[in-house]
Amino acid sequence: MASGKPNGNEGGGAPVTFLEAIKQAMFEEMERDPAVVLLGEDVGVYGGAFKTSEGLLARFGWERVIDTPISESAIIGAACGMSYVGLRPIVEMQFIDFIVCAFNQITNFVAKGHYLWNAPAPMVIRGPSGGGVHGGPFHSANPEMYFVHTPGLKVIYPSTPYDAKGLLKAAVRDNNPVLFFEHKFLYRRIKEELPAEDYTVPIGKAAVRREGKHLTILSYAAMMHTSLEAADALAKEGIEAEVIDLRTLLPLDEETILNSVRKTNKCLVVHEDTKTGGIAGEIAAILCEKAFGDLDGPLMRVTSLDTPVPYAPTLEEYFLPNAKKVFDAAKELARY
Amino acid sequence: MKKELTRQQYLDLYYYMRLNRAVEDTMVKLFRQNKIVGGLYSSLGQEAISVGSAYALEKKDWLAPMIRNIGALLVKGVPPRDIFMQHMAKYDSPTKGKDGTSHFGDLDNLHIVSPISMLGDLIPVMTGVAMAGRYLGQKIVAMTWIGDGGSSTGVFHEGLNFAATQKAPFVLILENNLWAYSTPVRKQVPLENLADRAKAYGIDSYIVDGNDVVAMYSTAKEAVNRARAGEGPILIEAKTFRRLGHAQHDPAEYVPKEMRAYWEARDPIALYEKYLTGEKLLDAKSKKEIDEKLDTLLAAEREFAENSPMPPAELAAEGVYCTGDDCHKIRAQWERPVAEVTPPKSSVEAVWTVPGFGSGKGSGGANAPIHFGDTPRAVEKSANGGKPAAKIAVKAAAKKTVKAAPARASRKARR
Ligand SMILES: Cc1ncc(C[n+]2csc(CCOP(=O)(O)OP(=O)(O)O)c2C)c(N)n1
Ligand SMILES: [Mg+2]
Repeated sequence: MASGKPNGNEGGGAPVTFLEAIKQAMFEEMERDPAVVLLGEDVGVYGGAFKTSEGLLARFGWERVIDTPISESAIIGAACGMSYVGLRPIVEMQFIDFIVCAFNQITNFVAKGHYLWNAPAPMVIRGPSGGGVHGGPFHSANPEMYFVHTPGLKVIYPSTPYDAKGLLKAAVRDNNPVLFFEHKFLYRRIKEELPAEDYTVPIGKAAVRREGKHLTILSYAAMMHTSLEAADALAKEGIEAEVIDLRTLLPLDEETILNSVRKTNKCLVVHEDTKTGGIAGEIAAILCEKAFGDLDGPLMRVTSLDTPVPYAPTLEEYFLPNAKKVFDAAKELARY
Repeated sequence: MKKELTRQQYLDLYYYMRLNRAVEDTMVKLFRQNKIVGGLYSSLGQEAISVGSAYALEKKDWLAPMIRNIGALLVKGVPPRDIFMQHMAKYDSPTKGKDGTSHFGDLDNLHIVSPISMLGDLIPVMTGVAMAGRYLGQKIVAMTWIGDGGSSTGVFHEGLNFAATQKAPFVLILENNLWAYSTPVRKQVPLENLADRAKAYGIDSYIVDGNDVVAMYSTAKEAVNRARAGEGPILIEAKTFRRLGHAQHDPAEYVPKEMRAYWEARDPIALYEKYLTGEKLLDAKSKKEIDEKLDTLLAAEREFAENSPMPPAELAAEGVYCTGDDCHKIRAQWERPVAEVTPPKSSVEAVWTVPGFGSGKGSGGANAPIHFGDTPRAVEKSANGGKPAAKIAVKAAAKKTVKAAPARASRKARR
């Protein structure tokens, strides 16, 4: 680890990557609270497949940084049991694609306990997700909507290092099971200076990334950056898009969404998840229920295709949204 | 191995088996009066397993029952009214009518984890309970049960294997009652003894007559003691028989008559009564006293349950999320010095001792360094790379237990 503060965070110093922000969050939470433990495949000796837990074993010891067998159901089940005895486990899925191997434990066991028998399960399930890195059909998943459809869970999908750190810390301190998706395309591609002091970012609050008056673009995770890129291009044509980063998908920040749409009267949702059953459909329903009279045009969406994530770069590029697709859709919407 | 019990222990085992059966008899009556919402399962003829194994636990230990383990709940201290109200979906039931059967738990006082319907899911969960208890220095044991059918699930394997790699203080009772709904055990597992599976996980196992409550208790006690002492998880196969159908609706015509007759002659309560009478631990008078005690108790418990209202409809919308400290104060109860798990004491050098690599338990070589708790640690990093450094054993569970934090209630439930 770097000199200075043991987590390498000098504060106000060099900008850090998304990945480093995750590592700092885990480090600082484990430092702050001995009830926080980390479990997952290769998280200890190796420091995680993406090195997000590098150095944690050396500092916190094997009782707190637990290398597990390749048993997603067992890892998540055990973390749930630990949370019942007062711990706050963080579970790493080596790739988020493997989370569905534990679908039953998450949706039936972990998520329902508080409702049914007053048993909170303070735990975080996190891991690298998303495409655009040619990971192919089994290493590129955006599984958020399986879980957004599960009452009892919270679902976070941040887009910046600052938010990743602050939201992960908030997730660890939350008394509910939180799913925390880390878009791996962002891991090393974006950097940001982080505050030296402890901070959290509230779960369930969206952020306005860019103000505008002609239309609202709602997005999150990697597509947040794609949307901002498109917004810059739109600005050159005189279309001012308001870009909102949802950050938390469950619970969804309806207030921020509605405030923006009531101002711009048009809404475009951009997500990397596939189209059918994506969050855009849910947002469309919310707008119909609560802001129908404010809409000057149809809700539009730019999403991935309704297919598995294909492997070849040409195919994957076709599959994914990009700034051009967002730009085109926004222009069309702006015409209403 | 058979241990002498005190007179009180012998009688406790008897009382709880009788209570188990009486509670279920009462529920059959409620079922026939249409007062039970949903299905009703029975542990008739399997009471010795629930009672004998749960009786081996200490108060601080944790258990998670399956559907046929009402006896274990009663031993742990759940009042019969809670079980009645759960089945009747009443407002005063532990889940306030949000779930039924034995799907309820108590994190704060009784240390019971609620099961869910999905078979096998409790195995990793109780492994986690056991690991957390060890981490906090609580010296607890976690116990759960699984059926012959449930042992075919993937999560049974994942959970037990994880428990084994962690040497978790966990006891799993495999209740082999020969049937899983209509499927005979031979179609679940092509083994004579399901306990044989323990070998594959590198853990120890016992086979016990599940209709002999004393054998069940002493076996469970030994397993619990060994798990608590750090020997790792233990699997106990209890051989028994499901006397009724899968649930009330199932006449179980697929069960051969001879099989049923064989096991009916081996009723665990009747067998035990005979034993107690022979040993002069029970006579007609004390038996009559127990009969009366149960009658009075269950009449009162049943009345309470029947008088409880159904939950108000709006309750359906409440309680999905914990709203924070006002809802639950979650605090780990440390029974070891926290300094042991915080830096700098917690830190560990990542040392792999190559000579032990690949030679697992039983292979005659040195133990493979499965995780850092088993891994000899270099006292000082020697400069001459490659040469194994001096070793000292780093043992996980702290030997010197010091009561550190105040034993505050960890969760304040808001009802
Ligand atoms: C994962 C899962 N699959 C199917 C079921 C439906 N089911 C409930 S009980 C049961 C049979 C269980 O047999 P066994 O484990 O031997 O327990 P027993 O009923 O004999 O006590 C089945 C198939 C279930 N509860 N969970
Ligand atoms: Mg069975």
